[in-house]
Formats: sequence, C-alpha cells, structure tokens
Amino acid sequence: MSYQGKFRVWRGDDSGGALEDFTVEVNEGEVVLDIIHRLQATQAPDLAVRWNCKAGKCGSCSAEINGRPRLMCMTRMSVFEESETITVTPMRTFPIIRDLVTDVSFNYTKAREIPSFAPPKDLAPGEYRMQQVDVERSQEFRKCIECFLCQNTCHVVRDHEENKEAFSGPRFLMRVAELEMHPLDTADRVDQAQDEHGLGYCNITKCCSEVCPEHIHITDNALIPMKERVADRKYDPIVWLGNKLFRRP
Amino acid sequence: MPELERHSFDVLVIGAGGAGLRAAIEAREHGMRTAVLCKSLFGKAHTVMAEGGIAAAMGNVNSSDNWQVHFRDTMRGGKFLNNWRMAELHAQEAPQRVWELETYGALFDRTKDGRISQRNFGGHEYPRLAHVGDRTGLELIRTLQQKIVSLQQEDHREFGDYEERLRVFQEFTVTDLVKDGDRIAGAFGYWRESGRFVLFEAPAVILATGGIGKSFKVTSNSWEYTGDGHALALRAGASLINMEFIQFHPTGMVWPPSVKGILVTESVRGDGGVLRNSDGKRFMFDYIPEVFKDKYADNEEEADRWYTDQANNRRPPELLPRDEVARAINSEVKAGRGSPHGGVFLDVSTRLPAEEIRRRLPSMHHQFKELADVDITAQPMEVGPTCHYVMGGVEVDPDTGSSSVAGLYAAGEVSGGMHGSNRLGGNSLSDLLVFGRRAGAGAAEYVRAMTDRPVVSEESVTEARATALKPFQQEGGENPYTLHMELQQSMNDLVGIIRRAGEMEEALQRLEKLKERAQSLTVEGHQQFNPGWHLALDLRNMLLVSECVAKAALLRTESRGGHTRDDHPSMDAEWRRKLLVCTASGDGAVVEEKPQIPIRSDLLDLFDRTELEKYLTAEELA
Repeated sequence: MSYQGKFRVWRGDDSGGALEDFTVEVNEGEVVLDIIHRLQATQAPDLAVRWNCKAGKCGSCSAEINGRPRLMCMTRMSVFEESETITVTPMRTFPIIRDLVTDVSFNYTKAREIPSFAPPKDLAPGEYRMQQVDVERSQEFRKCIECFLCQNTCHVVRDHEENKEAFSGPRFLMRVAELEMHPLDTADRVDQAQDEHGLGYCNITKCCSEVCPEHIHITDNALIPMKERVADRKYDPIVWLGNKLFRRP
Repeated sequence: MPELERHSFDVLVIGAGGAGLRAAIEAREHGMRTAVLCKSLFGKAHTVMAEGGIAAAMGNVNSSDNWQVHFRDTMRGGKFLNNWRMAELHAQEAPQRVWELETYGALFDRTKDGRISQRNFGGHEYPRLAHVGDRTGLELIRTLQQKIVSLQQEDHREFGDYEERLRVFQEFTVTDLVKDGDRIAGAFGYWRESGRFVLFEAPAVILATGGIGKSFKVTSNSWEYTGDGHALALRAGASLINMEFIQFHPTGMVWPPSVKGILVTESVRGDGGVLRNSDGKRFMFDYIPEVFKDKYADNEEEADRWYTDQANNRRPPELLPRDEVARAINSEVKAGRGSPHGGVFLDVSTRLPAEEIRRRLPSMHHQFKELADVDITAQPMEVGPTCHYVMGGVEVDPDTGSSSVAGLYAAGEVSGGMHGSNRLGGNSLSDLLVFGRRAGAGAAEYVRAMTDRPVVSEESVTEARATALKPFQQEGGENPYTLHMELQQSMNDLVGIIRRAGEMEEALQRLEKLKERAQSLTVEGHQQFNPGWHLALDLRNMLLVSECVAKAALLRTESRGGHTRDDHPSMDAEWRRKLLVCTASGDGAVVEEKPQIPIRSDLLDLFDRTELEKYLTAEELA
C-alpha cells in the first residue's frame, strides 16, 4: 500500500530560495500535510510549515499544491498518480517568512478596518430574537475558517501589489456583507463597502469561491448582493431621494 | 548577544482560545493594559475544534431546565469529584455568558420563536447546548476575536493606536514564567517566526493554554496541546489537581490512519445516531452502569421514543457520559465485535433523512467525505476512543481563578476541579466563558490592589535564555521527534483508557529514561521558524505533565470517570473525598493526597438521598 512519492518543496526565506526535491514514503489514506510532517521528522527537521487542527477547521495549512491554492490537510494523496511529482509552494500573494510559511498580517490589518457589529441599543442580552431563515444568510459567511486562500487567489491583489492598500479582498468584503445581512446590525455598510473596502475592484471572476475549502458562495451570495445594493443606492433616484429625506440617525 | 525585546503590561494572558480571549476582554474592560500571547495565529486556537455546543440552562427548548438541574448533571458526570463551587458558578452564569456572545455578534441556530436553539447531549437532562450546526467552537472563537477587534477599534478612536490597551502577540511561545520573590513578575519566550527572545514584565499572568493531548498517540488535540500552562504553573510553584483524569472521547475517527483520533462530534448521537457492533447490535444497552439505571432506557423502543417525548421516556444509552461510552466501545472491540479498522459503527444514515443530516451535521458530512470517502448520509462511520481532554489542571480559587502563587491565574482546560473526574460534552465551552471572565476580573482586581509592582531580575532572564537555547548547544544528541513518538506510544499503551499498576510503573520507568535522554536533544538549523527546536522545548513540558498523570493514576486505586483501573474496577466512596495534588520537585513531580472540600449542604439538598448514597460515604451522609 505504501510507495515512494516524489515531492518538490519550496525552501527559502525573504532573501530567496528554490524548489528542493525529496523522495518520501506515502501510505494509504494520507494527505499532503502528512507527507510534509514525515519530511520534518525524517529528512528536513527545520522545514517550516503552519498547521493546527489537521481536520480542515482552523485554516492554518494553506499552500499551493501543483500551483493550486489548497489546504494541505484536506488534500488527499489519492488524488495524484503515484508517479506524479507533487510541488508544494507557499501562498504567492503574501510575503515569505520561511519555506511554506508566509506573512499573512495583511489580513489582520484589513479585519481591523471593518467596523464591528453594532448591536441595537434597546435590547438587553437575552432579548435578541431572530428567525432561523434570517440568520442563515450570515451564518453561511461565518463558516469561514480564515485560511486566506480566497485572498491569496484573488487576482486584484495576487497580480497587483499596489491594490492591497485600497482593497480588502473577498474574505473581508464578505465580512461586510455578513454584517449588512445580520438581522440586528444597526450600521449602514453599503457605502463603506464601495468607498472604504474596494468592492468596486471585484469583477466577479469567482476565483475566490472556487478555492474556498468551506464551499462558501462568496461571489454569488456575498459580493454580488453587495454590489447590487451599492448600485441601487448610487443610481436609483428614488432610493437616493429616500436616503436624503429619511436618513437613519 | 542581541538586545532583548521588552514589553510591559498589567495583565498577560497566555493562550488565545475561548478562555484566554474571554479573560483578555474582561481584563481590558477593567482598564488593564492587556496582552494575549499565543502559539498559533490569532483565531486558530483549538477551541475551533469544538463542535457540539455551549451548555447553558437557558430553558429555551425545555422550560423545566434551570441552573440547579445543570449543576446536578455536571456533578453526576464528574462522579461527584467536582469542585462544587466551580460547578455552581458555572451552571449559574453560563446563560449570561451565552447571551453576551450575541451582543458581540454571534449567530446561533434559532428556535421557532426566534430564541437560541438548544440541542441534546450526553449527560444533560434537557436540550441545553446552544449551537451553530456542528461548528460551535468556530463561532465562539470568531465572535471573541471580533470582540477583541472592536475593543481595539475603540482604542484607535480614542488614542489613535489599535493596540493601546489590548495587544495580541501571535505565533509566540512562552518558555518560562518569571517571579520576583513569591510573586509573578512576567514571562519569557520567543517569537516562533524569528526565534528572537522577548521579556514581558507583568504583575499578573493568566494561563489559558488548554490541554495535554499531544503526550498521547491517538488524540483529537492539535500540536499546541503540549501541557505548557500545566508545566509553567508547576515550575512557578503552583499545584495541579485531578491529573489522573483524562477524557477519552468515545468517537474519534479510526480510518484512514493519518486522521486517526480526529473528533466525531457527540451531536451525531444527540441527534439520533446509534452505536452498533459488527453483529449489528446496539450494544450500549448492555453497558448502563448501576448509578444511571433509572435515567437511561433499557430497550430500543423506549430509547427511540425519547427523541420525541422526553417527559415519559428514559434517555438512549448512547447518551451516557463520555467515559461510559468510551469504555463500552473499548470492550466491544476487545471482545472481537469491532469494525474492520478497529472501532465500532456509528450510524446516523438510517436514523435521519439525508437532507437533515447535511443540515445538522455539515462539517461531519464534509470531514468524512473528504478524508475517508464515507458518505454519512448513506453509510455508517467507524469510530473509536481518542484522547480528548484533561480534567486535571491548576488548582484555583473558584471565584477568581487565582492559583496558590500570587499573580498567577488559570482558566479553561488548564485549570482543574470544575469537571471532577469526567467532563460532560458542552460544558467545556461554557467553562471557558464563565471562568475566563472570572480570571480576567480576578487578575484585574489583584493588579489594582497592588501597591508596588514586582521587578524582573537579570539573573532570571539569563537563566530562561540559557534553558531555551540548550538544544542548540549540543551535538550528536537525539532527534526530538523520536523522543516525542516514544513518549506518545508509552502514554497511549501504558497510561491510556484502561490502566493497570504494573503498566503504569513501567511507564514511569520509561518516563525517567526519556527525561534523561531529553537532556541531550540536538536540533539542526537556526532559531528562525524551526519546528525541531520548538518541539524540543515543548517536550520538557510534556514529560513533566506526563509524569504527573502517571504518578497520580498509579496512586488512585479505584475507577472513576476518566480513570479506569483494571485492577481496581469499582468506585470507592472514600476516594471521592481525596484529591491528588501534583507539585514540582527538582526536574520531576511529586503527588500527594489532600482532602476534598465537602459539598455545601444546600447544594447537597438538590439531590435525592438515594442518589447520594451511590457516591458518598455513610459518614458524610450522617
């Protein structure tokens, strides 16, 4: 059942690096992260990799496997041919720290820029009432494990370092949508999404949804509805007038 | 020697799971300048793995529920060894802690009338667990993370700096606590990324480091669970209690080998899933212990009726406390009635419609499909016991979380007493919130009342640095990975779910040898993000804590909760009155007996005398 698998793993740091070849044992039922751990234990004890739960729940072990952004713990070896050489490289959009570990602080910076949940002032804890059907929309987005694969994949920042300043990325635009759709959130988030978080940069190529390990419909259920709300407000004269006359305090 | 990075805070929180984050929020809201130090990225802590829910007697689904019922269930689950004051505070305060999460933005599943929905779980008399599908832990951690961000935004508005009063140091490991005389003075550690050392000066430290599962081979715990807080507390002079009690969760994945031990939520059983052996028999009916006979159904018909009519039927035995179910599975496998990969079958596919399974158990569906090629809507799962939780931990004052060392606090899994000999499912997330908050407030009060702040001496810094660098100074020593695997194998085989005196004596001998070998570990490479070095430092903690577990387990000559002795199979009421207390001595641990605090009389009055007779001595009942 076991075989010797061929791996190429990127090794290096912020000053540069290269792909290194390894031949390593692969057993039935294993995932790519198991192989990386075997490399650490037997051939490369200082190989740097981030991981945690090993069950697709914490979103730590993001990398690019044969060029495709994936979680290493959820990528089974059985999807590859035994003869295939498997290339594992760090996420490309974020600065390298060492080997497979990247500096993901961009994401934490963006998270801080989104105004937090604004609860209704007149409700005491324990008095919140919401219907299941109404919480489900935001619940879908709260499934996010913050693996940042969508952020890594989105071409707005993957290919354009200069956009990082103005664009929060799919994960955090989805966070804005989550709060906008929260049944009890009192803040107005539509203009913010466009003006502060760069929703306009998204041209709905859906790459983010495609790589999401939680299968969240980021584009269809979060970003497009937000874009529609922005469009309604910006171009609909009745909405525009309503906003002028009946502004929320 | 490079310049040492130094920071000064009022309160340091070590660990960024539920307990650590809730403690940090509380300390900050009490006006303390607070830092959170965590080994992983912010938001990745092991709390995300919690699936089932948060136990809190809100009474949303069954209005008969209240804190007294929750208290009773918790004491029964822990076989009355629990610290009753902790169990009382926990049951009373859990509902407020859950409602508070909604004000932070949490979105729980709802009842028809729009309140927080609650589900059934093992050992809980009524549906009690607030939940979000089967990803409640993720919701908890994200909610607390987002609350911390909102506090940082407040500081940004007020001071122009997000981190003015609350800062998270992520991917940072603490190697030693630093003291000034008898008091805590701070903590020393390293950035995992660069390997550079940092000294934190702080008069109060809250340990919230979680558990010790990585000392065992088959475990649901991640790499972070190396008993750091347990070991830091011991080395700082604090005591641990109940270390012999380890919870083996009955349902971990058993196949494929690479995921062996990963958790399968108890919600599967709470929502109707049943356990079967290779003969297709629902075997749990054969394993209802005497103390629970009046609460659990002895036939399938009654057990199945319970899901729709709880008032007139007893509960299905699949929902017995975890220790009972884990032992039953172990016995079935040993008797040759196991599944092909050495577990038993957990089946929900014949119990609920496929659509309902996908809705209620989405992440289980996903996990089995992706990792084991099993579709749980059509096939049974194979499951077996996995090391999940340590009931033992730092001995604390229930109201404030203070240890016996001035300035040192503990909350969550790293603290001991709350769960007695066995924790009920769902009581962990509520524990984190209730006692995280209390420890945060306790530490804040301690700092506020302080007249002079402790000072860190240069000697203690030099010593901590030398200890941390030792693995680089030696050549030709052993590989830390090899030692770690041997430790895990020994603990698993010899101090595991079923224990015998001879095996534990052998474990202690092996631990002595491992400790010697650990003196001469060698790591390659340099200090920057070097997992070999990290493991070498973590091993020191795992070895010390494993010694506590083995020594306490050898001393306790009875079976109770998460401690099962093949050579002493029954529960002994005399032992209920004794706690085993571990302290550090030299580079090892000593374990001594100490009397358990008697239960307050008004709390005892919540139970029938006939039930108390099962647990208490005649002298106590007189």
